Amino acid sequence: MVETDINMRTELMESTQVQSVDRSDTKVADMKQQVNATIGEPFAKDPKMQARQVNVYYGNKQAIFNVSLDLGKNEVVALIGPSGCGKSTFLRCMNRMNDTIPICRVEGNITLDSEDIYADAMDPVLLRARVGMVFQKPNPFPKSIYDNVAYGARLHGLAFNKAELDEIVITSLQKAGLFDEVKDRLHEPGTGLSGGQQQRLCIARTIAVSPEVILMDEPASALDPIATAIIEELIDELRQNYTIAIVTHSMQQAARVSQRTAYFHLGKLVEIGETNQIFTNPKHELTENYITGRFG
Amino acid sequence: MNNTELIKKGLPKRYRREKRFRLYGMMAVMVGFIFLLILLTDIISKSLPAFSQHWIQLEVQFDPDVLGVAADAEGKALRHANYRAILKRAIRAEFPDVSKRRDKSKLAALISSSAEYELRDMLIEQPYLLGKAKTVWVRADDDLDTYYKTADKANAVRLTEKQIAWADRLQENNLIESRFNSTLFSDGDSREPEQAGIRGALVGSLYTLLVTLLLSFPLGVSTAVYLEEFAPKNRWVDLIEVNINNLAAVPSIVFGLLGLAVFINYFGLPRSAPLVGGLVLTLMTLPTIIIASRSAIKAVPPSIRQAALGIGASKTQTVFQHVLPLAMPGILTGTIIGLAQALGETAPLLMIGMVAFIVDIPQGFVDSATVLPVQIYLWADSPERAFVAKTSAAILVLLIFLVVMNGLAVFLRKKFERSW
Repeated sequence: MVETDINMRTELMESTQVQSVDRSDTKVADMKQQVNATIGEPFAKDPKMQARQVNVYYGNKQAIFNVSLDLGKNEVVALIGPSGCGKSTFLRCMNRMNDTIPICRVEGNITLDSEDIYADAMDPVLLRARVGMVFQKPNPFPKSIYDNVAYGARLHGLAFNKAELDEIVITSLQKAGLFDEVKDRLHEPGTGLSGGQQQRLCIARTIAVSPEVILMDEPASALDPIATAIIEELIDELRQNYTIAIVTHSMQQAARVSQRTAYFHLGKLVEIGETNQIFTNPKHELTENYITGRFG
Repeated sequence: MNNTELIKKGLPKRYRREKRFRLYGMMAVMVGFIFLLILLTDIISKSLPAFSQHWIQLEVQFDPDVLGVAADAEGKALRHANYRAILKRAIRAEFPDVSKRRDKSKLAALISSSAEYELRDMLIEQPYLLGKAKTVWVRADDDLDTYYKTADKANAVRLTEKQIAWADRLQENNLIESRFNSTLFSDGDSREPEQAGIRGALVGSLYTLLVTLLLSFPLGVSTAVYLEEFAPKNRWVDLIEVNINNLAAVPSIVFGLLGLAVFINYFGLPRSAPLVGGLVLTLMTLPTIIIASRSAIKAVPPSIRQAALGIGASKTQTVFQHVLPLAMPGILTGTIIGLAQALGETAPLLMIGMVAFIVDIPQGFVDSATVLPVQIYLWADSPERAFVAKTSAAILVLLIFLVVMNGLAVFLRKKFERSW
């Protein structure tokens, strides 16, 4: 099955081929199916961000192997896979958050609207304003709710007066579905909110700078099911205006919110496809094992 | 025996151990507390006499002939008049029976030498007193003062038998009054205990600490921020780190020698100056501040940094808008600890001449000055009995200074503390 797939897409494989797996890790080697190349269509018709042959190293250890993947406009791409498979690392390459780790080295090509984000001409500060990020643990600043949301706008000088800033804060909170809950206490500390509210505050803070892409690193993993459901609904709404990549450990969440799903395994992109197809008819044995809960 | 029974059997032993440990802890706290109590009681009880001073009432005749000035002298002419003579006459008037020359001088010795200067100032200010009589209060000499303050009058006194008799007579005639010793807080050092005050040392300490704070805080915090947030991780930075940690353990007198060699001998800065003292103490305080600031910065959760960076704050903005404010309580605590250490430091200041006997209160950063701990050291070294109380009083003032500084640290920490 793998062979045929590769033959079908020889052209693509030229670029995405990974060296054949020669691992000492016997457990993985036991799996007859070796991860030679990505199965499925990693490219989108209308791409917002494109990653090509991305390799990431932490010191001498390679964390990502030759991953190519597109994020299409107005789509939610879910990145799933067992812990330590590199999905978060990959996500953090998309807005150069990995720059902050001194031993981290990124190879390959990632573009935003065809602009190379690792080029010297690309300012990481500007990039992160365009590609926002929501983290696993809600991390509001120890400031008021208002100041949390207004921070980015103030930082980048997006508002020219108080009224405009108010407007940005209120719209962002509304978009994040938090405004009604906090409208009476905008000047109370953001850290006083519940976990789910804090995470929505962080989302509001991210969208306040009007990014084009939002990267979410397990945004609901620290939340209860009700807060999770609210966040998931929110992600679906945000899709109208933003391109979203979400890392999640919850299969149900990936199935609910994403259009396409990418399965990572040990730093390799094993399979990618329409979310329906991945969950109902996975082509790769590793993917199937993972989503059926036999492995991972 | 099953598991439950096994565990049950061991339980009493475990609880006993817990109880014992708590007892040890409480004992340790108690011992520490008792020692603190003993120390404080000792210092306070010993220092009490220093806060009062006995004054003698005298009827002084401002006689121009005795003073050795013209009857209409004014201003400058009064400056070098013989005030000692009118004082001697005034006290002899109280004891007309004293006739021997030797006794007369013993009698005059009961009055502090500061009295003549007080009379001079009084006369220059009020020239109309010339040729008239006035009742004035003058300080008692420290030996007389000590005599009134000591309970064990038979032994611990430096007065002669005759002097003791006169002292008792002064008291019987209500010519002696005990007042609050404001001199202690308003004057500089003196060889005469009744004229010695700690103001010079206090002001010197303030100036020195101000220099230390103004130099070591910005330098220390910027170093910590750079090393923690911006410096590349390589061998040179490791070397600098090791050296900073080592500097924190260098004996302080070495910094004094360094200050002497560099600031005074090479740069030619004035000796005994708070500026140089502050520079030397800065060298000594910097490692403390740097180490404390670094650990405070390290303790700021990375999630805050990521949040700021993820929104598009630059590295510098992240550090100054988020990391530093959150690290500030820890940085301030470290700074105050460093400054408190600097406040109590004597050894390095000896090397740069701040141990000198300085009477004038320093007016600026380059005036000669001494500091509180050095003043304590100097007074503790003085032979006069009255300096024992003065030493304790100075220690008390130093302790209060420290408590105020620590109180300030707690206040600032509470003010800057934010939860996340």
